[in-house]
Amino acid sequence: MTTAPSGPLAHQQIALVDVLDRLLAGGVVITGDLTLRIADVDLVRIDLRALISSVNADVPSPWEEP
Amino acid sequence: MTEGLRYAYAVVRDTGAPEAGPDALAALEGVPGVAGEPVRAVRHLGLAVLAGDVPTEDFDEGPLRERLEDMAWLEKVARAHQRVVDTAGADSCVIPVRLATVCRGEEGLRRMLADGRERFASALDRLEGRVEWGVKVYAAPPPPEEPPAGQPPAGGRGAPTALSGRDYLRRRKAQRQAAERRWGQTEEGARLVHDTLTGLAERHRLHPPQDPKLSGESDRNVLNAAYLVRREDSAGFAERVGRLAERATGLRVELTGPWAPYSFTADDDGAGSAGADG
Repeated sequence: MTTAPSGPLAHQQIALVDVLDRLLAGGVVITGDLTLRIADVDLVRIDLRALISSVNADVPSPWEEP
Repeated sequence: MTEGLRYAYAVVRDTGAPEAGPDALAALEGVPGVAGEPVRAVRHLGLAVLAGDVPTEDFDEGPLRERLEDMAWLEKVARAHQRVVDTAGADSCVIPVRLATVCRGEEGLRRMLADGRERFASALDRLEGRVEWGVKVYAAPPPPEEPPAGQPPAGGRGAPTALSGRDYLRRRKAQRQAAERRWGQTEEGARLVHDTLTGLAERHRLHPPQDPKLSGESDRNVLNAAYLVRREDSAGFAERVGRLAERATGLRVELTGPWAPYSFTADDDGAGSAGADG
C-alpha cells in the first residue's frame, strides 16, 4: 500500500522528520565570514544531537551522514 | 539596503524582469518567512537570493543557538523555510540553502552570491527542470516472540524435561529462521524498490532511516531515499512507485514530493550519483 501525495507539497501534511532530513542534510552550505557561525551545519547538528539525546538518551542522531 | 539580519531561503536565477523580480518570487505572495516576514529577492550577478528580514533577538548567533534547541521553535522555522522553498520551487528551479543561514544585511547576501557564484550557477544548470521525490519503505515489525515454553508438557513424569528442552530449542531455531527469512525478504523487497527507482532517476541519495521515536511510525524504516527526477518524468515515477508498492508484500511504501532538490545541491558525485550509495 502506498500513501500518494495529493496536490502541491505546500498543501500536504508533511512529517517534520521528512522536512528536517532535507533541511539539515540538504541545501547549499554557505561558509565563510559572510554568514553567522551558527549557519555552520556542524553547529546545528551538534545542537540537535544534544536536543535529541536529551529527549531520548539512547537514540543516536538520525541526521548523521551515512 | 540597511543593516540587520537577513535569513536566506534559496538561490534562483535572476530572470531580469525589471520590477517584479525573479519568477520564483511571484509565487511567494502571501507566503511568510520564518519570522512572519515577507520574502524578497536580492539580485546580484545574474543570480538572486530569496531572503527576509529577521529580528536579531531571535536570529543573532547567541539567541539562534538557543532557539534551535527548542523543538517547537525549530519546527516553526523549519516548516516556514520549507514552505517558502517549495512554493518558490513549484514551477521554477531553486537551489535551497541550508536551514538557519543568516547574513548581515543585503551586503551579506550579495557577498554570498558573489562568493558562491560558480557553485550556484552550476547547480542551477544541473538541477533546472528537476524535482526531488522522497520514498520511504517500512517493514512491519515481526510479531512478538512466543513466551519461552513455560510449562513443561503435562504428564511428563521422569525424563520429559530433556525432551521438552530439545523441543524448545527446535522451536526457537524455527522461529529464528522464520524471522531471518522475513527480514531477508524485507531487505530484498526494499532493494528491488530502490534499484527500480534508481533506474528511473538521474541521481539518488540515501538518507539515514528515520528513528521511530522521532517519526512516530511504529514500523521499521528500511529505506529512506531521495530521487532526482525530471519534471516531465514525475508522473511516471510516482506511478511506478505505486505499482512497486502494490507488489511489495509485507512492505509499506510512502511517497512524498515533489520537493525542491534539497538533497542534490552538492555537486560531488559521492553524494549519490548512480551507483554511489551513501
